[in-house]
Amino acid sequence: MIAQKPALRLEGIVKTFPGVRALDGVSFEVMPGEVHALLGENGAGKSTLMKVLGGIYQPDDGTIFIDEAPVTMGSPLDAKAKGVVFIHQELSLADELSVAENIYLGELPTKSFGRVDWDSLHSNSAAILKRLNCKFTPQTIVGDLSIANKQMVEIARALTVDAKAVIFDEPTASLTDAEKVVLFDIISDLSRQGVGIVYISHRMDEIFTISTKISVLRDGEYRGSLATAETNEDEVTQLMIGRSLDLGQKVEHAQTGKVAIEVRNLSCGSLYHDVSFKVRSGEVVGFYGLVGAGRTEIAETLFGLRNPTDGTIHLDGEEVRIHSPVDAIRHGISLVPEDRKGQGLVLGMNCRDNMTLPQVADLTAGPFVSDGAEIAIFDQYRDKLAIKTPSWRQRVGNLSGGNQQKIVIGKWLSMAPKVLIVDEPTRGIDVGSKSEIHNLIRDLAKQGYAVIVISSEMPEVLRVSDRVVAMFHGEIIREFTSEEVTEDNLVQAISGIRSDKVA
Amino acid sequence: MHTERKNKLFKQSAIWGFIVIELVFFSIAGHFLSVSDKAFMDGANMLLLFKQSAPIGIIALGMTIVMINGNIDLSVGATYALCAIVMLDSMTWPIFAGLGDWVIPVAWLLALGTGMVLGLINGLIVWKTGVDAFIVTLGSMLGFRGLVFMYNGEQPTSHLNWTLVDIAEADLFGIETPTIVFVVFTILIWLLMSKTVHGRNAYAIGDNREAAVNAGIRVGPHMVWNFVLIGFLAALSAVVFYSASGSVNPNDGTLYELWVITAVVLGGTKLTGGSGSVISTFGGVIAIQLLRKGLGHIGADTAMVNLVIGLILIAVLFLDKQLNRKGREELKI
Ligand SMILES: Nc1ncnc2c1ncn2[C@@H]1O[C@H](COP(=O)(O)OP(=O)(O)OP(=O)(O)O)[C@@H](O)[C@H]1O
Ligand SMILES: [Mg+2]
Repeated sequence: MIAQKPALRLEGIVKTFPGVRALDGVSFEVMPGEVHALLGENGAGKSTLMKVLGGIYQPDDGTIFIDEAPVTMGSPLDAKAKGVVFIHQELSLADELSVAENIYLGELPTKSFGRVDWDSLHSNSAAILKRLNCKFTPQTIVGDLSIANKQMVEIARALTVDAKAVIFDEPTASLTDAEKVVLFDIISDLSRQGVGIVYISHRMDEIFTISTKISVLRDGEYRGSLATAETNEDEVTQLMIGRSLDLGQKVEHAQTGKVAIEVRNLSCGSLYHDVSFKVRSGEVVGFYGLVGAGRTEIAETLFGLRNPTDGTIHLDGEEVRIHSPVDAIRHGISLVPEDRKGQGLVLGMNCRDNMTLPQVADLTAGPFVSDGAEIAIFDQYRDKLAIKTPSWRQRVGNLSGGNQQKIVIGKWLSMAPKVLIVDEPTRGIDVGSKSEIHNLIRDLAKQGYAVIVISSEMPEVLRVSDRVVAMFHGEIIREFTSEEVTEDNLVQAISGIRSDKVA
Repeated sequence: MHTERKNKLFKQSAIWGFIVIELVFFSIAGHFLSVSDKAFMDGANMLLLFKQSAPIGIIALGMTIVMINGNIDLSVGATYALCAIVMLDSMTWPIFAGLGDWVIPVAWLLALGTGMVLGLINGLIVWKTGVDAFIVTLGSMLGFRGLVFMYNGEQPTSHLNWTLVDIAEADLFGIETPTIVFVVFTILIWLLMSKTVHGRNAYAIGDNREAAVNAGIRVGPHMVWNFVLIGFLAALSAVVFYSASGSVNPNDGTLYELWVITAVVLGGTKLTGGSGSVISTFGGVIAIQLLRKGLGHIGADTAMVNLVIGLILIAVLFLDKQLNRKGREELKI
């Protein structure tokens, strides 16, 4: 065999932030055509490593080689020019511009006098969109697209240059299964063309589907690499968190009490209609369905963010009207929202203040907020959720993605609600913490809380739920008890096969 | 390795560093160029500086909290003038004739109440209509100024009450009333913003309104309170200043909103909301006043002073941006 040269090599990369050694001499290489999965716990340094590679951060020490020649990445544009393209975890598109303009943002083709060459802009964009199997036109305004389609635009951007390496940082977080298949096709396509791929994800199923090699980071250090074909989930988990986990196993279920929340014939325009269900205290009900099935909208209605057009909500047997989150919180309903950056966190505030935000009015001593009471709450949930931060003073915006999610969860758990609604609770969370959060949800149920879990991850729904509600196109298709639910009948239900709908 | 920490320290103290530079510069330059023969850093001169900063400074405290909350208030100059008129004129109203000198606190309360009502109007409109505070207060700036002119046409409104002047010019160990009011309210507002629930929520709303709503924070009432507070502070500023001067012109307070915003921004508060501090605003106010006095001390005229302040504002904010962007991905792209 001919010894291939790596397309990309990082050597001894060090990057520190105040109080954090995010990368401690990491070396890493990507061969042409390889799909290299990068794994590690939340805050292990994966995104930081890739940001160094993508020219967003400058390393404190270490060297980057492209085709074995040392380079410096001055800026993201510089990195792109050198053939390294970064597809971000968070979308960074201009909502007011068209798809084509976004794809070629910063490098619009021009004619004389700097006029934009619309014809070639649109035809080039159309070609890229076709390659991605996208159904929308280059002229579409990005703001009108769904999140998944926006992600496609983000990917389309990467294809405008002759890329040597493409980095995907948790690209599937907001994609449906069908869209995922398309993404994986694109990735294999790129790898066949000799492009090296770095793929960051916390979802083992994806990693074992797509990758050829797996590398693990832990606490900013490189822990080793494994060939995907020769390893298994357990071995990878061991390397990542130093112990094994049994995520498939169902957690123990609790005694259920009386009905805590009941929804009768609830409708909201075209978003969902005639939805009825009950959740008892001590029970976890999972809502499973495709993205866009109306689950988030139901949650938002229960939390007072949307007004229902019809139907009623009952708490402890009494009808209630919930017009705002203030009402919801007063009634003991909490919502961990789907989009942590937009709806959940105040990024400029520190960790502690974010966590105590909904209850700070109850944490006063005289006219002032009590520092001690706040820190006590923060400490408790930092330990419970294993939140990784140098101190409570750290700005939440500086935490890794998964740790940000944990802050949001901690915020609502610390409110000790009667009804807790969690929307995609473990999106972007590492396997170790994922099982922690699952256990925590079960713990809450055991303590008598009624919990609603909305998730697009089937194993998660199967693991934590006492009952599973399957939704399709704004309707409840079927309810399963934990005994009768299986992957197969769940898949059937949510793809709209209604033959077995119970009357 | 620790550059970010250093930058942060420097950022927080940037305005203070700037003040030190000003002091040193004017002391030295004043030595050679001074039009008077007094030293610049003379104690009496510094006390005067604080006193002169008070009118803009007290309003700037209010502007800081409104801006942290993610709003802005352009009507403060007009509110200031209107409250001054209410205070001076009310002392001559026949219904208060029997009160003697007790009319003074009554006039104060009327003026402060007027400021709060004007702020309440701004706040309620911003809350209930959802129109941008910039637009709403641009409208009320014109409207309130219209009221000022309706009151007495182009004529000044005057009333001189010697007891009032005595109170206004009283001093404690040489520190005069305006300075005391400015300092005391800086501390009070600092406590409000950094230690109370209202302050915490105001920051959260300014930074991410959606997250604040989701946390069950009543966004509207907090905003209204902040507008009431800035109305109160604009009125307080008028009370402090006009108690001494006794006469208000219908154009008084014009452009105050811009000077106030300049001071607040110089102190590092963001126009976009979510961050800032009244202590830095205090620094910003002092820095501007130092600059004015210092340039005057070395013989520059008003036109020159304005030009320099404009340039320095941009320079300081540019520096601030440079210091804060290193190593932070959001600002680099
Ligand atoms: N701009 C920053 N300022 C300060 N600390 C930071 C900054 N960016 C990252 N960190 C810290 O560096 C560490 C590594 O973060 P990074 O985002 O690389 O983790 P990650 O492996 O991508 O985690 P996740 O799986 O949660 O996305 C974390 O402890 C994080 O808090
Ligand atoms: Mg990350």
